[in-house]
Amino acid sequence: MKCSVPNGVNTSAHIGWCPGCGHGIIARLVAEAAQALGIEDRIIMVEDVACGEFAQNVLQFNSIGAAHGRPIITAAGAKRVRPDAIVIAHPGDGSAYSIGMESTIHCALRNENILALVVNNSVFGMTGGQMSPTSLPNMKTTSSPHGRDVTKNGNIFDAMKVLSQLDIAYLARGSVESPAQVIKTGKMIQKALEKQMNNEGFCLVEVLSPCPTNWNLTPQEALEFMKEQEKYFQLGEFVDKGGK
Amino acid sequence: MAKVLMKGNEAFAEACIRAGCRFFSGYPITPQTEILEYMSWRMEEVGGQFVQTESEVAGINMLFGAACCGARALTTSAGPGFSLKQEGISYLCGNDIPAVIADVMRIGSGLGDIFQGQGDYWQLTRGGGHGDYRTIVLAPASVQENADLAYLSFDLAEKYRHPVLVGSDAAIGQMVEPVELPEMREYDMNSHDWAIAPRKQGEEQKVIWNTYYTIGADTYMDYLKDKYRTIEENEQRWESVQTEDAEIVLVAYGISSRVSKAAVKQARAKGIKLGLIRPITLWPFPKKAFEQLGSQVKGFLCVEMSILGQMCDDVILATGNKHPVESYGEFANVPSEEVILEKVQQMLKQD
Ligand SMILES: Cc1ncc(C[n+]2csc(CCOP(=O)(O)OP(=O)(O)O)c2C)c(N)n1
Ligand code: SF4
Repeated sequence: MKCSVPNGVNTSAHIGWCPGCGHGIIARLVAEAAQALGIEDRIIMVEDVACGEFAQNVLQFNSIGAAHGRPIITAAGAKRVRPDAIVIAHPGDGSAYSIGMESTIHCALRNENILALVVNNSVFGMTGGQMSPTSLPNMKTTSSPHGRDVTKNGNIFDAMKVLSQLDIAYLARGSVESPAQVIKTGKMIQKALEKQMNNEGFCLVEVLSPCPTNWNLTPQEALEFMKEQEKYFQLGEFVDKGGK
Repeated sequence: MAKVLMKGNEAFAEACIRAGCRFFSGYPITPQTEILEYMSWRMEEVGGQFVQTESEVAGINMLFGAACCGARALTTSAGPGFSLKQEGISYLCGNDIPAVIADVMRIGSGLGDIFQGQGDYWQLTRGGGHGDYRTIVLAPASVQENADLAYLSFDLAEKYRHPVLVGSDAAIGQMVEPVELPEMREYDMNSHDWAIAPRKQGEEQKVIWNTYYTIGADTYMDYLKDKYRTIEENEQRWESVQTEDAEIVLVAYGISSRVSKAAVKQARAKGIKLGLIRPITLWPFPKKAFEQLGSQVKGFLCVEMSILGQMCDDVILATGNKHPVESYGEFANVPSEEVILEKVQQMLKQD
């Protein structure tokens, strides 16, 4: 079997992700999309301090380490002064939908010309698996040991329902649960980047991703659990303005 | 260049534009708002970016992105809003990124009030956020100085790859005075090799990240000590007024220094040997100004709009506590010349 690695992936990097984590697949999809579009040199990745941060070891793109919850607003600042760059904010679900929510909404309202690539693993991965706004009802986490009680903790946040109401360029949710979904997700990322190249505005691609470590599951079981995740988080494209 | 009449905040904003600042992100709050409003149309005229952000937290973190890309970037606030900027200021320090942040001080804790105040001295000079850092802090005392220090602040920030804070106050920001604006300067965003941009062919990956991750904990210790030592050695700025023979030396900055200067004049007319040290940099605190004083000095009186006398600590440190350091702190009112003179006369009597 021929194995090829996209430009921009550093194969000898210290990786840092746990076995069975979805982050690595998503990083590879970014590299593939960048190669397909020939924009490797133009990319600026803006990482959160959370598990996504390891992408900067693996991806040889220029990058900025933003504060937790701030990759989207920091990316918008970078894009404003470097309009020729292709800027990708890379937060987790906790970052984009909890601490950083105000800027997720307002960057969408201003239609900032960036891609927010949100990795949704339904927990706070980096800090040891606490409940996030996307933890499933009754899901056990280290801060909801009896399972997430939606009457106490609120309902789960579905970014597609909220952001699809806004006048943005692109909104989609993919998953790395199966090879077929991985391929679809790669296309979403590439489409969003093309839209940025055409100055169409704000794109958000959320990717459902397994966190076996904090879900207390084996990598194989974690893929099974993703089917549960997909019951709450519908996959597909929700906004596609289709060019300017 | 001819002088024009301008409000302090607007002179500050215009001088930033002339220094090459092409990015502003901020949130309205009195008494800083004129800067934001001025930037809203002026940035457009010069082809820069103005963003009224959703909050101060967004403002500073958006600035962080622009500053990492090498832009001369500014955000401004006051009181409660300045507190919200601290996260980003700590990140700018941790990552060695230059930027300018102005705090047009108002009074009080919590909401406080919108009048002039100087109660943010500790927050400005001690590092208001988490971690082991300080920032360069400039304290203008006139509309002219608001413009001059704005111009200087970007150079200093880039020289040390460090944020510079400008601590003015409602009075300095709102007063109208004649000002000679600095020349319009060209600034090249690509003049720093650390700045993030699209890569040129064959260029290596650039990552902006916490400096400690990049250079390792041991190296970082020496690096940091060295950086702060160098700034302390090079950047102390102050104005001394009639200190050569002064027996009592007032120490005051910003709005309080203007009254203090007038008090020196009054005292001299009465034959009292009064002088003034006006720190222009609050950090590094101008210790050198105190080293130059003669042996005739009997004591110091700190005049500031802070009930607790926040600056006194620095004067005690600068003078080795050899002489009494008294505090005259006001809250809602600007210090008065009369009270200064009374206190000075009392100090001389006690001696
Ligand atoms: C202001 C602030 N609050 C909290 C933290 C601690 N923290 C770091 S990452 C993180 C959550 C990470 O979860 P998520 O954003 O979903 O990313 P993941 O690690 O799951 O990919 C938290 C709470 C921090 N670094 N800064
Ligand atoms: S904690 Fe979870 S999200 Fe983080 S690297 Fe491990 S598996 Fe991935």
